[in-house]
Amino acid sequence: MATIDYSTTFLFGRLNLSAIPQEPIVWATFAVVAVIGIAVLAALTRYRLWGYLWHEWFTSVDHKKIGIMYMVLALIMLLRGFADAVMMRLQSVLAFGGSEGYLNAHHYDQIFTAHGVIMIFFVAMPFVTGLMNYLVPLQIGARDVSFPFLNNFSFWMTVGGAVIVMASLFIGEFAQTGWLAFPPLSGIGYSPWVGVDYYIWGLQVAGVGTTLSGINLLVTIIKMRAPGMTYMRLPVFTWTALCTNVLIVASFPVLTVTLVLLTLDRYLGTSFFTNDLGGNSMLYINLIWIWGHPEVYILILPLFGVFSEVTATFSGKRLFGYTSMVYATVCITVLSYLVWLHHFFTMGSGASVNAFFGITTMIISVPTGAKLFNWLFTMYRGRIRFELPMMWTVAFMLTFTVGGMTGVLLAVPPADFVLHNSLFLVAHFHNVIIGGVLFGLFAAINYWWPKAFGFKLDVFWGKVSFWLWVVGFWFAFMPLYILGLMGVTRRLRVFDDPDLWIWFALSGLGVLMVAGGIGAMLVQFGVSIWKREELTDHSGDPWDGRTLEWATSSPPPAYNFAFTPVVHGLDAWTDMKRDGQTRPRAPHLPIHMPKNTGTGVILSALATICGFALVWYIWWLAALSFLGIIVVAIAHSFNYDRDYHIPVDEVDRTEAARDRQLAATKA
Amino acid sequence: MQTLKRIAWVAPLLSLAACKAEVLAPTGDIAAQQRDMLVWATALMLIIIIPVMAMIVWFAFRYRASNRRAAYAPDWSHSTKLELVIWAIPLLIIVSLGALTWVGTHHLDPYRPIQRLSEGQALGDETPLVVQVVALDWKWLFIYPEEGVATVNDLVVPVDRPVEFRLTSSSVMNAFYIPSMAGMIYSMPGMETKLHGVFNTPGSYQGMSSHYSGAGFSGMRFKAHAVAAADYDQWVTETRAAGGQLGRAEYLELEKPSENVPPRTFAEVDGQLFARVVNMCVEDGKICMAEMMEIDRNGGTDLAGTMNVHALTYDREARRGAREPALGWAPFFVSGFCTPEDELLMLSTRKTASAQRDPAPLRGHALPMPGQSRSTASLPLLSLMPGRDAGKL
Repeated sequence: MATIDYSTTFLFGRLNLSAIPQEPIVWATFAVVAVIGIAVLAALTRYRLWGYLWHEWFTSVDHKKIGIMYMVLALIMLLRGFADAVMMRLQSVLAFGGSEGYLNAHHYDQIFTAHGVIMIFFVAMPFVTGLMNYLVPLQIGARDVSFPFLNNFSFWMTVGGAVIVMASLFIGEFAQTGWLAFPPLSGIGYSPWVGVDYYIWGLQVAGVGTTLSGINLLVTIIKMRAPGMTYMRLPVFTWTALCTNVLIVASFPVLTVTLVLLTLDRYLGTSFFTNDLGGNSMLYINLIWIWGHPEVYILILPLFGVFSEVTATFSGKRLFGYTSMVYATVCITVLSYLVWLHHFFTMGSGASVNAFFGITTMIISVPTGAKLFNWLFTMYRGRIRFELPMMWTVAFMLTFTVGGMTGVLLAVPPADFVLHNSLFLVAHFHNVIIGGVLFGLFAAINYWWPKAFGFKLDVFWGKVSFWLWVVGFWFAFMPLYILGLMGVTRRLRVFDDPDLWIWFALSGLGVLMVAGGIGAMLVQFGVSIWKREELTDHSGDPWDGRTLEWATSSPPPAYNFAFTPVVHGLDAWTDMKRDGQTRPRAPHLPIHMPKNTGTGVILSALATICGFALVWYIWWLAALSFLGIIVVAIAHSFNYDRDYHIPVDEVDRTEAARDRQLAATKA
Repeated sequence: MQTLKRIAWVAPLLSLAACKAEVLAPTGDIAAQQRDMLVWATALMLIIIIPVMAMIVWFAFRYRASNRRAAYAPDWSHSTKLELVIWAIPLLIIVSLGALTWVGTHHLDPYRPIQRLSEGQALGDETPLVVQVVALDWKWLFIYPEEGVATVNDLVVPVDRPVEFRLTSSSVMNAFYIPSMAGMIYSMPGMETKLHGVFNTPGSYQGMSSHYSGAGFSGMRFKAHAVAAADYDQWVTETRAAGGQLGRAEYLELEKPSENVPPRTFAEVDGQLFARVVNMCVEDGKICMAEMMEIDRNGGTDLAGTMNVHALTYDREARRGAREPALGWAPFFVSGFCTPEDELLMLSTRKTASAQRDPAPLRGHALPMPGQSRSTASLPLLSLMPGRDAGKL
C-alpha cells in the first residue's frame, strides 16, 4: 500500500492522487466495471431508453415499480458482496504453509468489512424492503403506500448509500474494522483515513431511506387496510411486515445516533467512544447491538411471512394456527430488544447479566419453534405441490433448524466463551441468514414473479439454481462449523496449521457451487424473459393463491384495484373464489393517483454528493450540497402538482382488457 | 434433502474423531467443562430437533400432491391441544436449558477463581499464578509479577496450578483465547478483565487474539507451554539469567506497532508497569485514570480541569506510537484564562474545588498508585497546574 498523503487543500479536501488504490486487482475490477458501465450507457442511449427509464421508473411513485427497483439494486449488490466472499475463501485456501496468499492485510481487511456491510445493508435490506413495498399494498387492498413520494425518496437514498460504499472501492479505501466498526479501532487515531468515513456516510444516507420507508409502510398497514380487514384478518406476510417496520422505526434511530456520536468523535474530537478523556468503547458496542439484534429480526420476520404464504398456498390448505403465528411474531418482535448482550458475553459483564441475556435469547427459540411447527402442521394433511417456492421452503425448514440450534448453543454463555468469534459463529449466522433470509427471498421471487411480470419463471434453471445453492451452502458452511470446533477464529488472513487446509478447500468448493447457483438464477431470469410467451399467465392467479394480490391481473394495473375489495375473513381471495364472487364491473369512477416526481432522485443525488464531500473533507461542497437538499426539499413542499385522476374511460379500457384476458383463460 | 441432512450430521462427528478438535477435546479443566455444557445443550436440543427434521421430511413426502391416498383436510387449521403441545415442548426444553445455563454461567464465570484442578482433583494450597496480559499492536505481552519476568508472544505456565490472567490492551480491543485451556475474554484499553484457567496436561497449545484488531491481527498468535512445576521454576531462573529489562521507556518502544513478532523474554520488569498500562499513564506527564477518578470523586478540579486535557490525552489523534499527532507532539492545551487577574476572579467566584482544599495526597481508588508502593506514607500532591509543563507554553 502506497503512502497516504494526508494533506488537505481547500478545493479537494484530502482528495489527492494517493486516493487511487495501489492494487492491480482493483484496477482490473475497475476496467471490467467501466467496460460494462459504458456498454450499458451506450445501449440505453442507442435504444433511446433514457426517457422511458426516467419517466416510467426512476421518478415513479408506484409502490410496485419501486419494489422492483429495490430488488434490482439488491441483486446488483449481491454480485459485489458475493465477489468479496469468493475472494475471502480464495485467500483462505491459498494462505497456508508460510504463504501470505494473494491479499495483503489492507486489502483483505477491507474485503471482509465490505462483505458484511454490503450483504446486510445493501442486499438483504433492499430485498426485504422491496418485497414489502411490492406486496403490502396489494395484500391489504390498497392503491399505493401512504406516502408515495417518500417511498421513491427512500429508495433513492438507499441507492445513494450504495453508491457511496461502491465509490470507496475505486477512490480511497473502505473501512478495515469489521462490519460494525467497533471503536477504538474505528476512531480517528486507529483508522485515520477515509475508510470508516465512507462506512459512516454510506450507512447514514441509506439509513434515512430505511427509516422513512419503515414509517411509510407502518402507516400504510395501519391506515390503508381494505374495509373489513381487521388486524386478525391480515395476511401473515403483512403481519410480519408490520412487526418488521415497527422494529425498523424503533431501532434504526439508535444506529443513526450511534453513528452520529462516532462521527463527532472522528470529526470534532469529542470523546464518546475514545480511550481517553472519559470515553468508553463498550458504550458503542452496546448501542450498535441494540440496533443490531433487532436488525436480524427485521431481515428474517418478513421471510417467515413468505414461508407462511407459500406453505399454505402449495399445501392447498389454510395456514395452521394463524393466531399463534401472529402472537409468535409479536413475541419475537418484543424479545428481539432484550437479547443484544449475547453478542458480547466475552466482554466480562458478570455471570448474572450473561445468564439473563443467554436465557432471553433461548426464549426467542420458543415462538420461532412454534412457527416451524405451524408450517409443519400446515403441510400435514395437505396436497403439497413441489413448485420452486415450496422447494425453497422445505430447504429453509431443514437448514434453518440447524442454524437455530447452533444459535441456541451460542446463547449458552459458557459454550459461547469457546465458540465466540470463531468460524462456528460465522457458520451459524450464515446458516440463518442464507438458509432463512436468502432462501426465503428466492421462494418469494419464484412465487411472486408471475404477479409482477405476468409470466412464470423457468422451472429447469430454477431447479439447477436451487440444487447448486442448497448443496453449495452446506458444503460452504459445514466445514466452517468444524473449523470453529477446531478453535479457528474469524477474520484471520493467514493460517499455519496444514490440517486446516482441507476444510477451507471444501468450503471453497461450496462457494463455487453457490456461484453456479447465482449464475443459474441469472440464466433463469434471462431464459424466462426470452420464453415469456410460453410462460405467460393470464389468470393473475397461477398458484391458486389465497390473498388479495392474486385477485388482480398480472402485472396489476397502476391503481391495483378498480374497486376497493371488502374483506370478510382470513384468506380473502380463497373465500371470494369459493363463494364464486364475480369481479365488480359497476360504473367506474376516476381514480385519484399520485404523480411522478424527480425530486427523490435529486435529493438523493445531493445527499450522495454531500456524503462524499464529508468523507473527503471537501467542506465547501458539503455545505453547498446540504444547502441544496434544504432548498430542494422546501421547493418540493410548494409543488402542488402532485396528483391526478385516471380518467374513467382509461379504467374502463383496462378492466375490459382484463375481462377478455380472464375469458381467454377460462376457455 | 434427506441425504444432505445425513451428511450434515455425520460429517462433523467423523472429522472430530480424526482431527484435533481442540474445542471438543481440550486438556484444561475449564475448557473441558465448557465443552460439557456445549455437549449437554446440544443433546437437549436434539430431543426436539431430530423429530422435527424427521417430520419435515416425512410430511413433505407423505403429503405430496401425487399421493392421493394421503388424507386431505383443506380447512383444518386449528387444534388447541396440538398448539398447546407445540408451545409447551420447546418451552420445557428451554426451561431445562435455561436452568443449566444459569448454573453453568455462574459456575464457569471467567472472573470466578478456580474451585478444583480437574475432575476428582482438589485444589492444593498453592496460590494461583498471576499473569498480567497486555494486548499490544500486534503481539501479546505477558508479565509475571511474582517472578518479575515478562515475555512477548510466549506463555509458560506450570500444569495443575490455577492461573489468574489479568488483561488489558494498549490500543484497541482484542480477545485472549487459548482454546485448550479456557474460553476467551476481551482485553480492552483502559480497563482490566480477568480470566481463570488451568492446564492439566503438559504440552504446547495454540493461543491467539480472537477479536479483530487491525492490520497485524493474523500474527497475534503465541504458544502456551504447560510444563511441570520444576520445569517452570527452571524456566524462570533461565529467563532471569537471560537478561533484558522492561521499564516504562522499553514498554513505550515495545508497544509501537509491529507484526509477526518472534517470542522474547525480559529478566526484569517494572512492578508498576501493568497498573500504569491499565491507567494509561506509562508516558511521563500523564495523569493516571485512577488518580483522575479519585480527583473527580473528591469533587473535581472545576475550571482548573481545563488545563489537564493534555495530561489526560492518550491516543485520540494517532495510533499509539505510530504517527505524529495531527497537532504535533508539542502539548496543546488551555494555558490560562485571559489575564491572571481574570483567572483569579473566575476561580474565586466558583466553588472551591475540594481537591485543592484537601492537602492529603491523591491516590487512585482501590488501585495501587503507579510508581509508588501502597505503603509509602507521603506521596507528592498531584499538581493541577503542572509547573513542568509551563516551560512549553
